[in-house]
Amino acid sequence: MTDGARVATRPGVGSREAATHCPYCALQCGMTLRETDGRIEVLPRQFPTNRGGLCQKGWTAADLLDHPERLTTPLVRDPATGEQRPASWDEALDRIAAGIRTVQTGHGRDAVAVFGGGGLTNEKAYALGKFARVALRTRHIDYNGRWCMSSAAAAGIRAFGVDRGLPFPLADLGRAETLLLVGANPAETMPPLLRHLADQRQRGGRLIVIDPRVTATARQADLHLQPLPGTDLAVANALLHIALTEGWLDRDYVAARTTGFDAVRCTVAGYWPAEVERLSGVPVADLEATARALATAGSAIILTARGAEQHAKGVDTVTAFVNLALALGLPGRPGSGYGCLTGQGNGQGGREHGQKADQLPGYRRIDDPAAREHVARVWGVPADDLPEPGVPAYRLLDSLGTPDGPRALLVFGSNPVVSAPRAARIESRLRDLDLLVVADFLRSETAALADVVLPVAQWAEEDGTMTNLEGRVLRRRALREPPPGVRTDLAVLADLATRLGAPVGFPTDPRAVFTELRRASAGGPADYAGVTWARIDADTGVFWPCPDPDGPDTPRLFADRFPTPSGRARFHPVTHRPAAEEVCADYPLHLTTGRVLAQYQSGTQTRRVAALRRAAPGAFVELHPDLAARLGVTDGEEVRVVSRRGELRAPARVSPTIRPDTVFAPFHWPGAARANSVTNDAVDPISGMPEFKICAVRVERVQS
Amino acid sequence: MNDRVIIVGYGMAGSRLAAELHARGGYQKVTVLGAEPHRAYNRIMLSTLLAGKIAEPDVELAEVAGQGVDVRTGVAVTAIDRAAREVRTDDGDQHGYDHLVLATGSRAVVPPLPGLDPLPERVVPFRTLDDCRRILAAARGARRALVLGGGLLGLEAARGLVARGLDVTVVHPMGHLMERQLDPTAGAVLAGTLAGLGVRTVLAVPATGVAADADGVRLGLADGRSLSADLLVLSCGVRPDTDLAAAAGLTVERGVVVDDRMRSSDRRISAIGDCAQHDGALTGLVTPAWAQARVVAQVLAGDDPLARYRPRPVVTRLKAAGIDLAAMGDATDGPGIGGPVEELTFADPARGTYARLRIRDERLTGAILLGDNPAVGTVVQLFDRGAQVPADRRSLLLGRAFGTVPAAPAASPALMPDAATVCQCNDVSKGALVACWRSGARTVDALSGATRAGTGCGGCRDALAGIADWLGGAEPVATR
Repeated sequence: MTDGARVATRPGVGSREAATHCPYCALQCGMTLRETDGRIEVLPRQFPTNRGGLCQKGWTAADLLDHPERLTTPLVRDPATGEQRPASWDEALDRIAAGIRTVQTGHGRDAVAVFGGGGLTNEKAYALGKFARVALRTRHIDYNGRWCMSSAAAAGIRAFGVDRGLPFPLADLGRAETLLLVGANPAETMPPLLRHLADQRQRGGRLIVIDPRVTATARQADLHLQPLPGTDLAVANALLHIALTEGWLDRDYVAARTTGFDAVRCTVAGYWPAEVERLSGVPVADLEATARALATAGSAIILTARGAEQHAKGVDTVTAFVNLALALGLPGRPGSGYGCLTGQGNGQGGREHGQKADQLPGYRRIDDPAAREHVARVWGVPADDLPEPGVPAYRLLDSLGTPDGPRALLVFGSNPVVSAPRAARIESRLRDLDLLVVADFLRSETAALADVVLPVAQWAEEDGTMTNLEGRVLRRRALREPPPGVRTDLAVLADLATRLGAPVGFPTDPRAVFTELRRASAGGPADYAGVTWARIDADTGVFWPCPDPDGPDTPRLFADRFPTPSGRARFHPVTHRPAAEEVCADYPLHLTTGRVLAQYQSGTQTRRVAALRRAAPGAFVELHPDLAARLGVTDGEEVRVVSRRGELRAPARVSPTIRPDTVFAPFHWPGAARANSVTNDAVDPISGMPEFKICAVRVERVQS
Repeated sequence: MNDRVIIVGYGMAGSRLAAELHARGGYQKVTVLGAEPHRAYNRIMLSTLLAGKIAEPDVELAEVAGQGVDVRTGVAVTAIDRAAREVRTDDGDQHGYDHLVLATGSRAVVPPLPGLDPLPERVVPFRTLDDCRRILAAARGARRALVLGGGLLGLEAARGLVARGLDVTVVHPMGHLMERQLDPTAGAVLAGTLAGLGVRTVLAVPATGVAADADGVRLGLADGRSLSADLLVLSCGVRPDTDLAAAAGLTVERGVVVDDRMRSSDRRISAIGDCAQHDGALTGLVTPAWAQARVVAQVLAGDDPLARYRPRPVVTRLKAAGIDLAAMGDATDGPGIGGPVEELTFADPARGTYARLRIRDERLTGAILLGDNPAVGTVVQLFDRGAQVPADRRSLLLGRAFGTVPAAPAASPALMPDAATVCQCNDVSKGALVACWRSGARTVDALSGATRAGTGCGGCRDALAGIADWLGGAEPVATR
């Protein structure tokens, strides 16, 4: 099979195909959709990331296209009954435009906010950012990627001058002699990625996993370090301490390609292994074995994911691992380096094109006068009209409906009622709004609170581009038109912009939007100027930066220089600090949250797929047999997990795969089982990332 | 009222306090007076320096000088004038303070043996960076070294010198090594481990005198023997450096007596680290010194004026190439107080492994772990926090629990229950595969195509093949 650049749409034949990618995670597995007499089949497709593999989510992705719960008409909340009722598009859009005008007239432009998602195509993410800045002229736009990638992004930018999740193709994993995964569980979150790990093992490589749980990924590791949640930073500093004391540093590389090592060297001198063993519970011998495996291998890759990043010290934790990679001379060396595993489908592209509070397309800073000038010129507006930076996602949501916060919110492709930390509080903020608008194709928990719900197209009904975890721009291709009554997000934005009297037009054709995006990104860190749809179609995608349509793309970054002013990577000394909330007598256990294989994100989509519901029917609380025995809890019994912010109820899953001082709950479910009712809303001071991965709880039996 | 802070001593405690104060961005003017001429360095790394794995700059600690903190090295404080609230230094200067912190550390004990006063050139204590330099100078061209003292530091020194290619003998007056932390069995296993690394041990015999000349050094022993070497390293313990405090009239016992806020008998003077005596105890370790520095910083900077130092239990850890030792609590003591004691032991002397754990009332009260003990991290954390031990005690010795582990994949597909999941990625059970086979899918690819098993991560392809083989073989006799 080829990449299938040609979309075989043969109207009238009764059968058509589209070579596209899975709608879910950032692996963006290649798949072919085939429609025969209205029946849609998913076929795995050879692509460099998934190599023909699909997990159960991918296989069943098309089940939602004709799902009975699919939204096909706008809903508006009837002021008389307080209930949502079907409405025409004109009524819905008029109501939104009027609501926005009222709020902005009374409270200023910033009283309207936009909340986007990491699942939106590049074109939609770009259009949404432009809509906020040009049509609404609000500074308040941010997105759920803030809860996903922001810590790794901030650490990457401060060290390397650029944030591309993997600065090398995924296939490089297979060539790494040593691969260290930190807080990453791809066996459940992106299973086909394991084909690359199998490759690595076959070549004799070593896999080391750092995770407080014995995950499906950790079970495959040659060495598994099981630290106390919240101690990864100290573990990284200890690894660097060991590399230093064993004489394993790449001193030539440090001298030639980096700055700032001395401060890091002095800092990690204070992280001797025995001290970190006591803090983290990771035996000194295992720390040593890990440092040795990384430092003495011909090639080594360090990858972080949400386990390391979703902390109030997430940026510093990632930085500690970046420091380690730099001190060992890994970044830029073939088959070696540091990377992060992006989560959401377009988590990478979604953060490059203007959905972030502080950014303009091309990963430009909105507070950079030259960047404002460039983008304003592309948009055809005066640079002075562009708003200033807004605030990160949690702060934004937490301010909604308060005297100083926005009074209207437009949500595209996100479900914060389930996915936000301290979700009960965010839910009440959303209820305090004058106007809540949600564009989605299913009635998510957030949509259920909305004043207006707009039914929008699904992935198989639209064209566009996505940028996967490698920084590879690839094509999403439509199999068929959206059903009657459903519009695309781009059409919604264009309609609203017109109703709001925006000074410039908003194209609805994704190809035209992409052409504009290319110009807007030209010269920025994430330069798409040379990426064309034709070029993507002709090959297996295009890696950014790609400034010239006739020039090469960039599968591997950092070979000769880093995109910093000096051309060198930058070390930053980082120190361990306790979690925002430590355990105590009343809340003696750590709670950590995460995913299960058969569900995705807030579950709006996957909870509605019958096969996935069978595989993962509901939430659970994973706890160690010793803890269960102490609490008198038996497997399957309903328990309550209580924090200072709220509680969740779910059946106990008693398993020795977790530390006895820690419990785990997946975050895909709403209502009583909502894990985020419990999580902490403390955020990282640099990235705004909430501390999803650790808070203090107690577990109680539910009396019947 | 605490505007001018003077820290006496720029070792691990003093430099940490300076950094803690600096990190709090306080309004104080902080002056650090260090007697040693160097930047602050990490004493824990000196044995690595001795082993030749790192260079001197690698042991430096984070520098705070020039960032609102005035650090003066090579300046010794000679007197404290409490009435005038100032200190005098050996360069003839005077510095006024509002608060003074003593972080003067401790000094190596030189045993009262004939021939050690004055210290001959080839005899060096192992305490400071300068000591380390002297040892390295003496070791250059040397073949044999003696270490007097088989405690933690002596063994670290021995390990470092062996790494330099020297022939090393440790002489220890007690019956076994590290007798304060280890029981005799552990001491014997440790001696065996050291022997394997090339370190000889001479035990249970006191030294009687030292004779040194330009050619070498001879250590006389009480049993009449005499050991010759090119250098002798002394590691006979340390003594808190309390001279300044005593001369200033502060309450001094073994160390400068301090309260929970690390204040001495003069409220304007604190003491931290090796020189301080809190609740009757000296610490001599970095971790508590740093915790004490934090308390003083919190009090002085005002972010927690009521901060209190709470000592944590001591864990002794020796980790050098080929040696892995952790000791804590009452593992060497007798029955002690409280409920009945459970003793867990495991010994594999041939491989240098020994473990002894004491449990009382479901809590770990002491442990000795020597050699390859996979649960050492867990044991240290349980002891540190006084947390309840696992129901299956064996997991503390062997690193994994028994009886509660998930069922291993059945060796034979025949023994696998129908409900067992074969393919996690696509949630396919053995039963589904069997049903699929019965309905005609007779190859791995056919099974995979029909059930999607093996199409995700690909990790179950071997299991699929096994089931196909089993079904192929079982088919003729399948009668159900």
